[in-house]
Amino acid sequence: MTRPRISLPGPGLLSGYDPTEFFCEALSPRDDGAAQLAAIAARLNALDPDDLRRRAARAEKELFDLGITFTVYSDKDAIDRILPFDVLPRVITPGEWTRLEAGIIQRVTAINLFLADLYGDQKILADKIVPADLVLGNANFHSFMRGLKVPCGTYSHVCGIDLIRDQEGLFRVLEDNARTPSGVSYVVENRNLMLQCFPDLMEETRVRAVDDYGLMLRRALEEIAPAGVDEPSVVLLSPGIYNSAFFEHVFLAREMGVPLVEGRDLVVENDRVYMLTTAGKAPVHSIYRRIDDFFLDPKVFRPDSMLGVPGLMDAYRKGNVSLANAPGTGVADDKAVYAYMPRIIKYYLGEDAILPNVETFICREAEGLKYTLDNLEHLVVKPVGESGGYGMILGPKATKAEIDEFRAKLKADPANYISQPMIGLSVSPTLTEKGTQPRHVDFRPFAVTGASTKVLAGGLTRVAMKEGSLVVNSSQGGGSKDTWVLAGEGQ
Amino acid sequence: MTELLARNADCIVWLARYMERAENLARILGVAETFARDRAGRNWLAVVQINADEERFFARHRVADARTVPHFYILDPDNPNSILSSIKAARENARTLRPMISIEMWRQINRMNTWMGGLSDNAVAPANLAALCEEIKEACQLHVGITEGTFYRDQAHYFYHLGKSIERADQTTRLLDIKYHTLLPRPEDVGSALDISHWNALLKAVAGYQASRRVLAGKITPRSVAAFLLFSDSFPRSVILCVRQMDWLMTQLRTRYHLRGGVKALELLDGLRAALTDHDIDHVIDHGLHEFIDWVQSQLMAIFAEIQDSFCVTRQPSQSQSQ
Repeated sequence: MTRPRISLPGPGLLSGYDPTEFFCEALSPRDDGAAQLAAIAARLNALDPDDLRRRAARAEKELFDLGITFTVYSDKDAIDRILPFDVLPRVITPGEWTRLEAGIIQRVTAINLFLADLYGDQKILADKIVPADLVLGNANFHSFMRGLKVPCGTYSHVCGIDLIRDQEGLFRVLEDNARTPSGVSYVVENRNLMLQCFPDLMEETRVRAVDDYGLMLRRALEEIAPAGVDEPSVVLLSPGIYNSAFFEHVFLAREMGVPLVEGRDLVVENDRVYMLTTAGKAPVHSIYRRIDDFFLDPKVFRPDSMLGVPGLMDAYRKGNVSLANAPGTGVADDKAVYAYMPRIIKYYLGEDAILPNVETFICREAEGLKYTLDNLEHLVVKPVGESGGYGMILGPKATKAEIDEFRAKLKADPANYISQPMIGLSVSPTLTEKGTQPRHVDFRPFAVTGASTKVLAGGLTRVAMKEGSLVVNSSQGGGSKDTWVLAGEGQ
Repeated sequence: MTELLARNADCIVWLARYMERAENLARILGVAETFARDRAGRNWLAVVQINADEERFFARHRVADARTVPHFYILDPDNPNSILSSIKAARENARTLRPMISIEMWRQINRMNTWMGGLSDNAVAPANLAALCEEIKEACQLHVGITEGTFYRDQAHYFYHLGKSIERADQTTRLLDIKYHTLLPRPEDVGSALDISHWNALLKAVAGYQASRRVLAGKITPRSVAAFLLFSDSFPRSVILCVRQMDWLMTQLRTRYHLRGGVKALELLDGLRAALTDHDIDHVIDHGLHEFIDWVQSQLMAIFAEIQDSFCVTRQPSQSQSQ
């Protein structure tokens, strides 16, 4: 099948490039932005491959020098790795972005209403829209959150919605990340790198800025601070330098201009939270925490945890400190709950989902399990409790033996799995050793919610660096690209 | 953001100490290398002695010579006092402090750490040692310059300079000790050409050669050089100047930032300053220079412990860094 593509003036970088049957993020036409897309494609095509490689190498060195890294642990060493950066950007038109933004705001709004309901009256369970046991039996559902009023009614303050684009060019939601989604630091740093190493590429292209994320986040954290606090003191709570996402914590604390604290820097006295400073104890009102629920407070969760703050949950329950994201948001981004999201949106907002899900079969239901077992070789099957692409199987790419082995696992614990048809993820031209080639990409935009929801005009485009691979996770060799949201009229 | 986390105060003090320590160790090795040229390598042991590392060193090496000592103090990852370890520790502290320190500071420390990590054994071979020590010193001074030009002047800046001053004072006493105590020449050699050239080498190592030429007006004697290193009002590495600087920094922290702690440290500083002001070099030498240096070092340690107790307390003790 040949799909229409933007024509290029003469031979160049993209001459041998063939996205085959997949939607191409650079060369497939959209409903709008034709002139801008054509100009960018022509500009990319005119790049000299050797020069591009030299500059890519320089960008990579800069990433190492600046320590823009994630940490991988081997037996005895901690190794800092950079997220491979591909220099060819991915482009989103103004019209596409308008729809994406509306769809994300709609989804985040529904997620927050859903969480408020689950920790309130539980109407959606009574009305049997979502099976009660799916929620109440979930390890991420915290009964101590029941009846608690959170500021602005917001539970998921930072939400990362994973999207893919199917073969028709339609964005679909693959996964919700309502707890502590990471990656936004790369969105901003990739842009910085792009501006530094490829200023000529960005000339005359009106790309929307992404460097206001820190301010957006800080404003939201101030909005959710306990009532009556005039100048809320905001901190970022990190597990510390040995966490693989420590760079992101550094980045966010710096961008927000707030202290980066660890559990040992905080104390709770009389149900109020303080940080230990050189001048003694200073009050803390709003915490952007990047540690998981179960490590927040050893008095409530794991008594052996050194990462958290004893008494933090008491202070939280009393309303003396705000936490973003709220504990217990994990129940909304569960891969099993995901299947119900279109119905959840309809239930609370009376609207159809602007961004459709990927069709999903729930193996805990007899029908879903049977369909999955019958069609294993066509489906992607994922465990609901894992992240980072672990424990999944790509049916069409698996051997017969692998499928048989997986069938046994699935039968032994069907409730742990969902399945989805294999989607032909869109591709984007990517600089490889063999020249410019199509590589599959996904997309994670970030929404920040305090009193209202704002979406950063950009997002993390992850790219599967291996030929033909659909796995974009950094832990499995994925890289990233700068994402250009083109400015529309008046933006 | 006006508050400074107690843990970050600790990290910034240590960042400064480790960078200053690395620079001084490079200086000591540089001067030892100069001495060794004259004395067939006998003096390498002195470096081990002034750092009080005999036990750790001889657990790893049989002899202290031109190969083992530089390797132990520059490249040995298992020696917590090696330059490699110091830079690595400085980087770990800088990593914690990244939201506070300038991007330029972080990048340079990060680069230096990568460079040090990639050095081969050959880099510390006798033929390359002097050049390597120069490079390390320059990298450390680059850090100092970048810090001076880019580090925001708030509380953290004062703690940084406290750490730097305390380490510098300590290291100057060690340098003085290496010549005066350990390399004490036979009485008949005092004032000989060899002796003078050692003092000159030492002065070069502390970047005080030029100044001492002007100030001491050609009278390069053990007494005059020791007096210069201990009591000079204007030499940036003299012990008294470091002590005065610490006193000023502490006062600033207490007045500008209203920190209430540090009373005991100020008292100790006062005592140390008085001892350095009240005694002249003849008195010190008559009563034993080495003993005096020992006392100064123990006072510096006590002051540092007080600073940490007053300002750097977290709920759980942070991992201890090496004195």
